[in-house]
Amino acid sequence: MNLLSLSWRYLWARPLATLLNLLLLTLGLATVAFVLLAQDRVARAFERDLRDIDLVVGAKGSPLQLILAGVFHIDVPPGNIALADVQALAQNPMVAQVIPLSLGDSLQAFRIVGTTHDYVAHYGASLRQGTLWSMPMQAVLGAQVAQATGLTVGQAFAGAHGLGGGGHAHADMPYTVTGILQPCGCVLDRLVLTGTASVWAVHEGLAPGEFEGLPAEDRSAIEAERELTLALVRYRTPLAAASLPRLVNSTTKMQAAAPATEITRLLSMLGVGTRLLQGLGAVLLLVAGLSVFIALWGAVRERRADIAMLRMLGAPPRRVGLLLLCEALWLAVLACVLALLLAQGLSLLAGGLWAQGQGLAIDQGQWPSRLAFVPALALGVALLAAALPALSAYRVDVASLLSSSTPSTR
Amino acid sequence: MIHARDLVGQWPGGRALRFPDVDLPAGGTLLLRGPSGSGKSTWLALVAGLRTAASGHLTVAGTPVGDLAPAARDAWRARTIGFLPQKLLLSDALTVADNLALVYFAAGQAVDRDRISRTLDALGVPDLAGRRPSALSGGEAQRVALARALLLQPPLILADEPTASLDDAACDDALALLQSRAQAAGAALVVATHDARVVRALPQALRLDLTGQRA
Repeated sequence: MNLLSLSWRYLWARPLATLLNLLLLTLGLATVAFVLLAQDRVARAFERDLRDIDLVVGAKGSPLQLILAGVFHIDVPPGNIALADVQALAQNPMVAQVIPLSLGDSLQAFRIVGTTHDYVAHYGASLRQGTLWSMPMQAVLGAQVAQATGLTVGQAFAGAHGLGGGGHAHADMPYTVTGILQPCGCVLDRLVLTGTASVWAVHEGLAPGEFEGLPAEDRSAIEAERELTLALVRYRTPLAAASLPRLVNSTTKMQAAAPATEITRLLSMLGVGTRLLQGLGAVLLLVAGLSVFIALWGAVRERRADIAMLRMLGAPPRRVGLLLLCEALWLAVLACVLALLLAQGLSLLAGGLWAQGQGLAIDQGQWPSRLAFVPALALGVALLAAALPALSAYRVDVASLLSSSTPSTR
Repeated sequence: MIHARDLVGQWPGGRALRFPDVDLPAGGTLLLRGPSGSGKSTWLALVAGLRTAASGHLTVAGTPVGDLAPAARDAWRARTIGFLPQKLLLSDALTVADNLALVYFAAGQAVDRDRISRTLDALGVPDLAGRRPSALSGGEAQRVALARALLLQPPLILADEPTASLDDAACDDALALLQSRAQAAGAALVVATHDARVVRALPQALRLDLTGQRA
């Protein structure tokens, strides 16, 4: 029998009190752990989809809305912009790359995005099946879309007007699936990708080849009116950050929004909720700490005779004090393990619900290093709660065993 | 085993008491008698190294107890003293076997489960190891407490009012057992009591009568 096994037995000699303390500590720690996990995972999900996108250009309106619509595809875009304006921007020497995005239609609430192959290359996505589109009205499905719709390469589908699903179907202009992407854990998983020309064709009501058959005059009139929804821009030089957004905002009909700035703003808005949860966690931990303290204090009083007997048997005061501390440590270890499991479970649940609503895909695989704060907190609360009871056990006067029925503390 | 000269002891906040001189040989039996307040507890605390004498000379098992540092005194007590308290102080959080294992924990030694079961065997209660103290009869509990005192084979056993709550038959049995086990272990035995039955049952024992004389 050693300190650990003896303290374990004493701990479970009062099972109800121990279970209550375990529950309180676990709830407090789990709240803190969940906040840490959620903060980290949401921030990383944003960072992953934002990778190497320096600027998003779209119609004037809310910059945050533009970012949410254009990068994460969780909001509607503020409007459209002229193709000619984007083409002019692409010629700017400060711009390294422009990826055009055209939105408007959807497949079972998954967005159909007209773009170029650069968009696929930008996220380093690869094909699981088939090939990328090479002609208008060909489409490539993200992994989550393929799974949800059950569509395979070679099958056709009609897009529905609007981004939310439920709009009228463009049945006369069906898409053909030419490829399915590997899961990338990024925004592409829940998009249907096609050439920009497909989106134009659907909205101009022109079947493939029909546009080319029009008189040159009509063709140029249609081309002059063509629009995009937005464009993702990568700078050639970091210096562009200082001047390009201002240039776009002041000299064109377009709006330029820096994703990093807008997401920082969004996360700081979410921070209010985060702080509220952290406050709740702190209150729970305080209650748990008090409860552990009361339980251990009671245990010392109940066990004063046991403790005195241990001293009589030759146990030094240090070993008796450590026995109490060890009981608190057991509680901390158990509560810590349970809290981390609970927090991971909650995170999986929340991430799953969010993904179901076609929000951000949350990677649940990694545990941030900040999570080490949770065991440290558990240890701190347990040691703080056990300090006085342990000191009291340390000071139990063994000689009083010989003079009265209840040994006292010095 | 116990050699005391001009011993003066004091309970914190209490009066100083002068104790009679005594020489208890190894393996001998000493009857410590006296009414309440006569200093039995103080004398036991001095011998067990739980209090330091105000003056005088005391050696127990060849060791001048008062000269030991606190940590050394704890280790010395674990090796030297087997204690049978009046209230048996068996922990109901633990089984009988674990109550006995506490002896090893307190002494910082590895638990010897074989010796625990042999000791319970020798005391005629081999089947109690897995029971909780609250499920034992009074006689069984006293045997378990005696097993605890004997486990590390100490040279000196201190029994504090071992017969206080026993009827006559149980009193005789308890004393016979205590004496025979102490003899078998070669240990000296000190019985603190104000019970006249004990005096009658241990006619050969050395007597130390405390009167509560102030120093």
